[in-house]
This record gives sequence, C-alpha cells and structure tokens, in this order.
Amino acid sequence: MWCAHGCADGDGRADLAGGHRARYDIDDVSHGRPVTPWRPLFRYEASTTMPDAPRTIVEKIWDDHVVCAPEGQQTILYIDLHLVHEVTSPQAFEGLRQEGRQVRRPERTVATPDHNVPTTDRGLPIADPISRQQVDTLRKNCQEFGIRLYDLDNPQQGIVHVIGPELGLTQPGMTIVCGDSHTATHGALGALAFGIGTSEVEHVLATQTLLQYPPKTLEIRVDGQLAQGVTAKDLILYVIGQLTTAGGTGFVIEYTGSAIRTLGMEERMTVCNMSIEAGARAGLIAPDQTTFDYLRGRQFAPQDFDAAVTRWQKLASDEGARYDKSLVFDAADVAPQVTWGTNPGQVTTVDARIPAPAQFGDEADRKSAARALEYMGLEPGTPVDAIKIDRVFVGSCTNGRIEDLRAAAAVAQGHHVAAGVHAMIVPGSGQVKQQAEEEGLDAIFRESGFEWREAGCSMCLGMNADILQPGERCASTSNRNFEGRQGRDGRTHLVSPAMAAAAAVAGHFVDIRRWDYK
Amino acid sequence: MKPFTKHTGLVAAMDRSDVDTDQIIPKQFLKRIERTGFGQFLFFDWRFHEDGSDKPEFELNRPEAKGATVLLARRNFGCGSSREHAPWALEDYGFRVLIAPSFADIFYNNCFKNGLLPIALSNEQVSDLFGRVENYPGYRLTIDLDTRRISDEHGLDLPFEVDDFRRYCLLNGLDDIGLTLKHEEKITAYEAARGLV
Repeated sequence: MWCAHGCADGDGRADLAGGHRARYDIDDVSHGRPVTPWRPLFRYEASTTMPDAPRTIVEKIWDDHVVCAPEGQQTILYIDLHLVHEVTSPQAFEGLRQEGRQVRRPERTVATPDHNVPTTDRGLPIADPISRQQVDTLRKNCQEFGIRLYDLDNPQQGIVHVIGPELGLTQPGMTIVCGDSHTATHGALGALAFGIGTSEVEHVLATQTLLQYPPKTLEIRVDGQLAQGVTAKDLILYVIGQLTTAGGTGFVIEYTGSAIRTLGMEERMTVCNMSIEAGARAGLIAPDQTTFDYLRGRQFAPQDFDAAVTRWQKLASDEGARYDKSLVFDAADVAPQVTWGTNPGQVTTVDARIPAPAQFGDEADRKSAARALEYMGLEPGTPVDAIKIDRVFVGSCTNGRIEDLRAAAAVAQGHHVAAGVHAMIVPGSGQVKQQAEEEGLDAIFRESGFEWREAGCSMCLGMNADILQPGERCASTSNRNFEGRQGRDGRTHLVSPAMAAAAAVAGHFVDIRRWDYK
Repeated sequence: MKPFTKHTGLVAAMDRSDVDTDQIIPKQFLKRIERTGFGQFLFFDWRFHEDGSDKPEFELNRPEAKGATVLLARRNFGCGSSREHAPWALEDYGFRVLIAPSFADIFYNNCFKNGLLPIALSNEQVSDLFGRVENYPGYRLTIDLDTRRISDEHGLDLPFEVDDFRRYCLLNGLDDIGLTLKHEEKITAYEAARGLV
C-alpha cells in the first residue's frame, strides 16, 4: 500500500465509500520540500482535574488542551489542527517573516486554496492577477514553512471544511482552528473547532496555541424526527430563526437530542457549519457510532482505530453536566425553510408569506426588516412559493458534500432547469466531484441543464468569477444572505439542496414535500 | 501594535443593527496580501455607486461624519466572517473606537489585535448617544481606557467594561505572540507529556 505523505498511519485505505483515489506522490503536496512526518494528533485521556464532577464535552476538550492559565491572562490553549487557506493567511506568514519566527508545528498545519479559485478549467492559469497572486503566495508560504498543501492540481483539493473531515484529519476531541468563521463544521465530529482572525492565525502558526477564555456552553436539544423532505439545512435555519443571528454570541453550542442523533455525518456538518450564523463561534455534536463509522478507514484516521474509539467514547457530556443555557426544540415543528432577508435569521417556511416589518416587536428588527425587504425587492404578504428566481447555486462548506449533491440530483432527475434560470453545481472537493461522477450525478445535472463545476467556495462568497449580477435573485445552498455577498446588489435566498434544485426546475420556490420525483 | 490609552474624537452614528463584515469590507478586496490600505474600501458598496461616486445619503458620507474616529452602531456589529480585514479597514479609515450594544465574537476579538477599541454599552446608553449625536453638532467623545470611562463636554460620564488582560495589552500595545512565547517551555512540556512530538 502507498502513502501520500510518508505518514505513520496512512496505509492507503479507501477513504470514501466505494471511492477511487488517483495515485500521487509526496511532491504533489510538499512541492519538493520535505514535510514533517504525520503524527497522531490526539491523545484524549480522562482529565485529572476534578475527576468526579460531570462535565460537558466542551469542558472535557477544553481541560485536555490547557497548556497553562497564567495569572491575569487568557488561557493558553493547545491547538491540534490548524487549517489554512489563501485569503486569511498571507499577512500572518508575512508577520512571521518580519519577526524571524518559524511555524512551530508544520505537521499540524494543512493548507488548501479554496475561497478564491476558479471553478472552471483548472488547466488554465487564474485569470484575475490579484487572485492568482494570492494563491501563488499560499504556495510559496507553504513551501517556505514546510506546510502540507492540497494545491489546485491535487485531486484532494477542496473547501477546507470539506476536505478536513473527508481526509480523516478532523477527529473527535481535537481543537481545530482556521481563519474562517465556518470552521465550526468540524464540530460535527465532536471537535472544538472555531474561526479565528489573521493575527490569531499568526499566533497559532508561531506557537501552536491560542489565547482564549473558557467558553460558555449552550445546549440546543432537538427532540423527535424531521419530517420527510425536511433536511439538516432546514433544521439549522429554523434554529437560527428562533435564536436570531446573535442568540449564540459568546457560546459554544452543543447540539443534542434524538433528532440530532439520527442525522448522518454530513447532515451534522451542515448543522454545525451554521453555528456562527447564530453568533456562536463553535458548535459540536458528541461523537457516536455514526462518527466512528464515518472516520474508520479514512486516510488520516488513527492507525489503532479501536483504541481511538475507546478514548472518543469518553467524550460525550456526562449525565448531570451543566450548560450555561439550554434550549429545546421539536423537530416536528420544522418545515422547509427559505430566507427572505439579508441575514440568516430572517427566515420563514416555504408555505408562508413574506412578513411585514410591523409584525416585529422590536424597533431594531422592524428597521432591519424594512431595509432587508427593500434590498431584496420583496413585498410583505407575497407567498414565498411565488418568488421567481434567476440563479441557483448548489455547493459551499454548508451543502457541497456528496449527500447534498445526491439530494439535488434526485430532484433534478427527469426534469429540466426552467427557461431563463442559470443553475450551477459546485462540488465541495475534488473527491466529492469524483465520487459524484462515478455515481453518474454529473450526467443527471448536465442533462437537466445544470452546470457542473470544479471544487471551491465559488458563489457562496463570490470571490472568484462566480457572482450574481445586480438585481439577480438566487436560490442558494450556502450559509449567508448578506447584502452583496454573492455579488453587488444580488439577492440571496438560503435553502436546502433539494429546495434549490426544485427552484431551478420550477423557476420559483416550491414546497419540496410535494415534489414529483421521477 | 499601536497602543491605545485615551482618545477624543468626532462620533459618526450608523443607526443599523447586524452590520456584517461583508458590508464592512466586501469580498472583492480580500484578495490583497497586505495588511494596510483597506480604509479606501471600507463599507464600499454602501459608500459608493457602481461608477465610484459617493452615495451622499450613506452615514459616513454626510458632512458631519467627516473626520470621525468613533463609530456608533446598533447591536451585533461585525457579525459574519472572521476576516480581520474588517478591523483593518475600520482602523485604516481612521476609527479608533467602536460603540454598540453588542459585537460578534470573532470581530470583537480581532479589534483588540489592531489597536481598535470596541465598547459594548446597554441599549439605553447607546440610544442616548445616538440622541446626543443628533442634538450636538460636531459631537465628540473622550474614551479613557486606563480609567474605563467615556465622557463628553455635556455632562456625560459613563463607565465601560473591558477585561483586564485585553485592556493591559491594548494600553501597552503588546504583541500576543511575544507574551505566549514567554511560556514556551510549558508548550513544549505539554507536547512532550501528550506524546505529540
């Protein structure tokens, strides 16, 4: 068996169910520079501090990563895995150079370009010279500091939050950071994962630690079962709608309850991914059999997997552990969601009507709603399913994984994108793309009139050429509907992959619960 | 980092809640690899028309906001992405202090790394300040980080909260990395104890 990085425990096992991985060698990721051999990233042992007190998973991970808590200072917290991309890292590397500092643990640092990369032909140079310079800078920095890079020509390149779990880099009990607010995605595997700014990226590069205060914990328990046609995306949009965009500020969310337990791994990633849209830096789900089954056999999964599982099983919050706050929701209350405004908390159900600002109790909410409706070009009282769309985007770290593409393809199959609608599918990673092609999903999309692209962040934030034109209205599976997010004066409605595909076919929003699957 | 001790400056009022980082610095300006020069792009889509001309109705384009160094806004300021380009742009434009009822976590943290002081006050206090900006042309505030007080020339004198460690770093313009590296032997010991090296 071969190993991509000469790592201790990589034995070349197939890492996606039924997936085929192109062979490549170490030069592809290190550009000729030796990279430090991979080491086991996580050694969870029961903490010796207060061994009897019940603790939440957040407290366990926190306790396990405290390097020291100097008097009058923030705690120095050890970071197991640092993910790096091209947009928020160049100034951090430059800072290291100016101070003559090194990357303390290059083997715990993994980089990929994703935000700024074209989703069209990868054989061509990046057309935008400034984008090209940024991607080139990441390449040079990784070379200089000996960091593993999944570059554009690597079959495992992709959105950083898609490839982390996919490669098995993300593991339960880890602390994971990245200069990106959607880092909470990795919490789906029971890791404490959060976004950081560029100064902190530099701090982690130089010290492999971060200065932190212990977070407050918010339990969001969802009981019951999601109805047919209602997805993890609808669930998290519903929760954000209930919490508002600042309801989670200052907290780490732990999602619990029977509805969460029955979610698959990728659905859990969708939920945790959007924790930041409720203001929470991190969101996580205690690992269980679903997590272990997902990780087993992945490229960077621990060699002695069963021993790791035994350790990981101790992570779940103890009976009687106390959260700073707990909220309980019923999955049966969740219907397919569509955002109508300019933040993810401005959301309603597909069978509802656009609200009037006067319906909101709070003055700031009324002003915000009025401003949002004006920007979105929507009239109060309009049925959501009467809203016509121009564009459809299926992809992003929220909904760009294989199950998302399967859900969209199932809707699209046997139908065609409506006249005047431009719809694109952007896989979250090279491996997702490859697997989708093996399953024939690309053919379904193409036959149905969808564009099939290369992996990247794409129109989620429109840093590359994939943007909305002014006034265009988009059904998008991404995570933010902020003004101009997908292009200046573009209008974004956040929905699930199935709802996005259905909107592409119908030319307007439709209730997926009544879809005519062919 | 530039230290922050005491600052007096003109207040610009932005009566908006949930001002997100995509508005503060739109994504097309995140491609630059420098840390400086982002002020010209601050609130770009709100400030300028497509042809580059000013939108006169935008808060910071109003004559009374020219030269402002204190920004007053509503709740959840800085929500959204982790981009430090947002505080870079605010600081480069000339702001030194931000006042709002609440800030998004990552943004709040990023401000302190860049000599920018975010101050959370109650809704009522912020509303009162909006009123004062309206009532007193050329309204200025003095922010004293050492004593943790905000005052004006019209009798206002309020305490504000900021945690001791961040205050200490900002007052002295300290480099976090340097502080952490003072404990380097503890990091090494941690790694050794966990078998991480």
